[in-house]
Amino acid sequence: MTRDAIRDAVLRILGGIAPEADLTKLRPDIPFRDQLDIDSMDFLNFVIALDKELRVDVPETDYSRITTLAGCVDYLSAQLGER
Amino acid sequence: MTAGRLVQWYKRPGETVRRGDIIAEVDTDKGAIDIEVFATGVLERILVQPGQKVPVGTPLAIIGEEAKGAAAPSAVPPTQPVPTVPSAEPAAEERMRQAIAAAVARSKREIPHFYLGTTISLQRATAWLADRNASRPVPDRLLMSVLFLKAVALALRETPDLNGRWEQGRALPNPAIHVGMAIALRGGGVVAPAIHDTDHCSLDELMKRSQDLVRRARTGGLRSSELSDPTITVTSLGERGVDTVFGVIYPPQVAIVGFGRIVDRPWVSGGQLVAHPVVSATLAADHRVTDGHRAALFLAAVDTLLQDPTRL
Repeated sequence: MTRDAIRDAVLRILGGIAPEADLTKLRPDIPFRDQLDIDSMDFLNFVIALDKELRVDVPETDYSRITTLAGCVDYLSAQLGER
Repeated sequence: MTAGRLVQWYKRPGETVRRGDIIAEVDTDKGAIDIEVFATGVLERILVQPGQKVPVGTPLAIIGEEAKGAAAPSAVPPTQPVPTVPSAEPAAEERMRQAIAAAVARSKREIPHFYLGTTISLQRATAWLADRNASRPVPDRLLMSVLFLKAVALALRETPDLNGRWEQGRALPNPAIHVGMAIALRGGGVVAPAIHDTDHCSLDELMKRSQDLVRRARTGGLRSSELSDPTITVTSLGERGVDTVFGVIYPPQVAIVGFGRIVDRPWVSGGQLVAHPVVSATLAADHRVTDGHRAALFLAAVDTLLQDPTRL
């Protein structure tokens, strides 16, 4: 999976969780939880969707690495690249 | 809420209905609500047609025989102040704002609130949760908010006066514990539907049910009983935002419990200064119903339970 494809997948999932958000304005280097008003239940749903759609099971100890769009794409690329 | 408009019937006259079945959809100033039937029997006659707008408490249908004393479900739960269901339409959002305004204004006008707060160490609960979640696949992971719900429900068994209603000048404690879970709606508004028999649910069940409630609160499909049955409310602001929340009681309930953000703070443990994750737990209670001492016992019980998550 290319980085662009991963990025698109992440944005699609975030769009499902925060349907009213304008994702074109999302800044990739700032935590999206603050930008999109995502609470802990939304974030868990995000992690569940990553597991379901990309087959990446992010352990809780790695949550801090996927809080920004850029960090999330880096993390997922590394995980998917190892396969 | 004063009136509702019947949107559609899901059952026809002559059909058998069972207690808990959803038989109709009603549009209210708190959004669309699924109306449940409170008795088992046969739907004999429909009294309100789709499109008709009727006052709260209007019987919608007659449920006959099979069950003795079968009551007709009423248009919307009486005395129900809790708002619901988001909508993209500004008109619906405006109506919800009005419904919240009516409930909180009544609360602050009628209920003599008093407030207590305590700081609870979550060192053990956090470690227990991390350990448990580490060995589980993503969909089976728990959130700390679920531990809060269960701790509140179990603590209420020891202080039942906080669990119930104040109606017609007297306290009516409820033998069943149905914790209302405050859910912020995207774009504004809040709704606090009940998790029925919270104290009897396992943590896994509570997690599934709270996920389901959040989903339905935001997309529609809350049930009338979920809106009318809460015996207390818990508002949990999660790990972001503020340290402390002082709630406004939803009438006719008599208490609301608030949990703030979970933060690392200096803590003295065994004479040593250490960093612990802590949470501020608050209680707003109706002073007509209970007193500071009883309320303090409740918060102490919540603290005690959170120190031993295996009891939850």
